[in-house]
Amino acid sequence: MNLDNLYQEVILDHYKHPQHKGLSEKFDAQVHHVNPSCGDEITLNVNLADSTISSLTWDGVGCSISQASVSIMSDLLIGKSLDEAQVIFDSFIELMQSKGALVADESILEDAVALAGVSKYPARIKCALLGWMAYKDASVQAQK
Amino acid sequence: MSLDVASIKEDFPIFKRSIRDGKKLVYLDSGATSQKPRSVIEAEGNFYRLHNAAVHRGAHQLAEEATDAYEGAREIVANFLGAHVDEIVFTKSATESLNLLAYAFSNAQPGNRFALQPGDEIVVTEMEHHANLIPWQQLAARSGATLSWFGLTTEGRLNLEPLKKLITAKTKIVALTHQSNVLGTINPLAEIVARAHEVGAVVILDACQSAPHMSIDVSALDVDFLVFSGHKAVGPTGVGVLWGKAELLDQLPPFLFGGSMIETVTMTSATWAKAPKRFEAGVPNMAQAVGLGTALQYLTRIGMDSIHEHEQVLTKYLIEQLISIDDVRIVGPLSCENRGASVSFTCGDIHPHDMGQFLDNQGIAVRTGHHCAWPLARAMGVPSTTRASLYLYNDISDVDALTNGIRDAQKYFGK
Repeated sequence: MNLDNLYQEVILDHYKHPQHKGLSEKFDAQVHHVNPSCGDEITLNVNLADSTISSLTWDGVGCSISQASVSIMSDLLIGKSLDEAQVIFDSFIELMQSKGALVADESILEDAVALAGVSKYPARIKCALLGWMAYKDASVQAQK
Repeated sequence: MSLDVASIKEDFPIFKRSIRDGKKLVYLDSGATSQKPRSVIEAEGNFYRLHNAAVHRGAHQLAEEATDAYEGAREIVANFLGAHVDEIVFTKSATESLNLLAYAFSNAQPGNRFALQPGDEIVVTEMEHHANLIPWQQLAARSGATLSWFGLTTEGRLNLEPLKKLITAKTKIVALTHQSNVLGTINPLAEIVARAHEVGAVVILDACQSAPHMSIDVSALDVDFLVFSGHKAVGPTGVGVLWGKAELLDQLPPFLFGGSMIETVTMTSATWAKAPKRFEAGVPNMAQAVGLGTALQYLTRIGMDSIHEHEQVLTKYLIEQLISIDDVRIVGPLSCENRGASVSFTCGDIHPHDMGQFLDNQGIAVRTGHHCAWPLARAMGVPSTTRASLYLYNDISDVDALTNGIRDAQKYFGK
């Protein structure tokens, strides 16, 4: 397998220059998720305004896939309505579960299509999903 | 004394296959599980093919053969450890062996020497694998005992300075690893064992990372219980060993209850068989125990001292090569004195999971993460590491493949 399919330029860029890293002072919900098999950790804050994600910030430690994935996700979801975010979330999960068989929908996932290669590496899918699962948890809590 | 690695590799069928589109397998993950020689694979298969029957039951030839094979394996394990055959209990894993002890202690009634009271102390170390930490955390929670532990030096050795403060008259159990699965550190037992026995505590040794790699003599170590797993010692998965001093096993209550572990049974009560049967309820993992016997015969034929010496030479070379690479930091002792062949390291900003993935693409199998020793990773100040662990089938070419791979990874992720 060609490693470049996994480590796309976009991923390494986000890893080196993570977006929205550094937690906001205020938040509607804060979650802390860990990946027990490898020790990766993320704390994620979400703020909502009229069912729109007004801010999404995070801090954490992890591999390039987990860190780039949450960075890309933050870029993608900020400013979206919860409904729009759900469509993106579902599309990303479907992509991750596709074992490489699915062509990613760039109109929905934008930069997150760079993570398509992860779906061929079963051990790395949970890395890519760490931040997304944290967002899902936080968004549910923020709506309570 | 040096090993003929080429001919040893011939014994392990897995080295015939290729990895990631035709690359040679460089297996540096024996600390997680070892590969299996043909003789072990065949021994397990042949048990099912030729001798399969429930041991210790049945009035037929197959039951006799199965019992002979299973009890023969017990004898091999006993010889391997310098122990008596009745001191060897087969379990499904080292993890189960440690849980067996912790639950057996829980089952001890007041008056039994293993019964714990609130205020009693259990002592572990900060370098324990989760398997030799959590059972004691849980036993402490069930019994009201307190858990305390030896901390580590910056080099990753046990800090023995507070020995007498940590192991006190209240200490009932001292549980520690013989060799750290992360740091490679081999712990100094004599001082700890002497102090534990001075205060009447039992010493439980996790030998998962030592028994497969060096000669072990339980009477020389003078510990009270010792556990190891079969699959790390070129044996099958699904079989572990618990060894205990005969006079202690005699007083230890059972953990699992059922068939085979009894002496008499009525509708309301039961009495227990003698050790080791008291601790082997149900039809045991016969084929796996037989496979383990074959595995230990294989290792013994090559020679545990030769294996240890081979690993020492190779570990020294590995450490020298690793520290010659910019940004590589070894987490654990740099000296090979009292150190085994598990070598963990970090490499600048490259996350271990990315390092592992990159190496895998070159056919090199390493372990990454906290290696089931999360508190240890925290104590050493590293969220995770990459670990190369060596065994009898590794040679200098494997080490060179690793160090070349690390340099390639630095170029790749530095791009």
